[in-house]
Amino acid sequence: MAVLLELNDVSARYGQVQALHGISLTVGEGEVVALLGANGAGKTTTLRAVSGTVRRSGDVTFAGKRLGRAGPESVARSGIAHVPEGRGIFAELTVWENLRMGAYLRRGRPDFSAVLAYFPWLEARRTQQAGTLSGGEQQMLALARAFLLRPRLLMLDEPSLGLAPLVTREVFRVVVDLNEKEGLAVLVVEQNAAVALQAAGRAYVLETGTVAVEGSADELRANDAVRTAYLGY
Amino acid sequence: MQQFFEALMTGLAVGAIYAPLALALVLIYKATEVINFAQGEMAMFTTYIAYALLTHPHFGHTFSYWPAFFATLVIAFVFGVGLQRVVIRPLERASVLTVVMATIALLVILNGLAAWIWSPELKFFPSPFPTSSWVVDGVRISKQDTGTFGVTIACVVVLWLFFRFTKLGLAMRAGAVNPDAARLLGVRTSWLLALGWGFAAMLGAVSGMMTAPTNLLSPSMMQAVLIFAFAGAILGGLESPVGAVAGGLGLGVLLSMLGTYVHPVTTELQLPVALAILLIVLLVRPAGVFGRAVVRRV
Repeated sequence: MAVLLELNDVSARYGQVQALHGISLTVGEGEVVALLGANGAGKTTTLRAVSGTVRRSGDVTFAGKRLGRAGPESVARSGIAHVPEGRGIFAELTVWENLRMGAYLRRGRPDFSAVLAYFPWLEARRTQQAGTLSGGEQQMLALARAFLLRPRLLMLDEPSLGLAPLVTREVFRVVVDLNEKEGLAVLVVEQNAAVALQAAGRAYVLETGTVAVEGSADELRANDAVRTAYLGY
Repeated sequence: MQQFFEALMTGLAVGAIYAPLALALVLIYKATEVINFAQGEMAMFTTYIAYALLTHPHFGHTFSYWPAFFATLVIAFVFGVGLQRVVIRPLERASVLTVVMATIALLVILNGLAAWIWSPELKFFPSPFPTSSWVVDGVRISKQDTGTFGVTIACVVVLWLFFRFTKLGLAMRAGAVNPDAARLLGVRTSWLLALGWGFAAMLGAVSGMMTAPTNLLSPSMMQAVLIFAFAGAILGGLESPVGAVAGGLGLGVLLSMLGTYVHPVTTELQLPVALAILLIVLLVRPAGVFGRAVVRRV
């Protein structure tokens, strides 16, 4: 499998506080990778270092090109869609306007038929204000909008946050669907390790800003330390 | 009844001067949460540019009114974009208070600069509309007032169409709601802010060119207008562009009505009354008549 995203000794800080201490990881073409770990381990910061919403040092390479100091606008243009924590939808705009923003970089009239195949219910809600959708619907809208960017890599930050277990399962089902049918690579940060390991082929466990454990989903499920700390059995 | 309609028309014309400036304040406030105190002086400065186009020969000829009007709008746009790029953008990561201080500095600089370039004395500024009136059923309707109102409404409608129907307009609204999310979708938000400053400067130029024929052109011409516009914007709700226009027009009508029916409210008292309205709105309904308190699911 060809490597799509590679982080090599990446660090990041918020002012005086160093949040990442040299992270190295890879995501292959069409692969689903999970980032697990406790609060404050640096999972969110890892995604932000890739998308350029926090200043990074070290090498981030995407599709053979080094991202260097590229900011979020340029990273998005290069084919990485980042759905941030809290989903980042435009609450005051309508559902349809949110989708049009997803297609912002495309020329001409946007064609939503591909995205509506995965999220058919959006059609009926097109004029609804996005902020009035339920949490799960907002997460789905954020996914749909990210997909319209036509990315090669989708980065999801805590998609299960604040969602009921059934809704979480539904969200992950769509993510796996997008991965299998569209060949979209996925890097997902998740508190809910059990759900994430079902969807992911491989996973990294972060502890205090570094990679503590890495391996396939099966290996991690079998790892006693990971099981007691993150899976709870 | 005749008195009422005449007061209404005068009020709408005066409000049509406040409304574009109020809308300009709201555009910048919505995008960056900064009140641009230089908005009035930017308007004054661009009105002087219109004056220069109208009175001095450029490339061998002076402009007639409407070419000068549209040329000024273009110059104002470039001027607004330039100010954002040069003065405001370096303060992107600074606090809102720092940016507000920078706009106050701009206010003083532009005021001094205008007085230095064009001298502080009052100047006559032409109006494109005749001073005569129509008389309909005994009600006098000033052509000048009607024209002023028409120009403002035309500008507001054009801007509304832009925000409602173009991709760039949509991106500007999205960037105002959630700039971080917009950047993650590939939107260069920093340039959209500059665009917002350009539009605000154009609206200011409209307000200035509509003010100057009646108030005469001077470096301090827009200072009171800015306060009225600010009161209008607060009245309508600082977060609401529709509210800013309605608030500006409403304030004009209100002051005109008070001047007609409540005699102590003379010209001298208009500013205090406007500020009293501003205070009352802030106390009673801080979000303004058209504003909504921000409610979000988390």
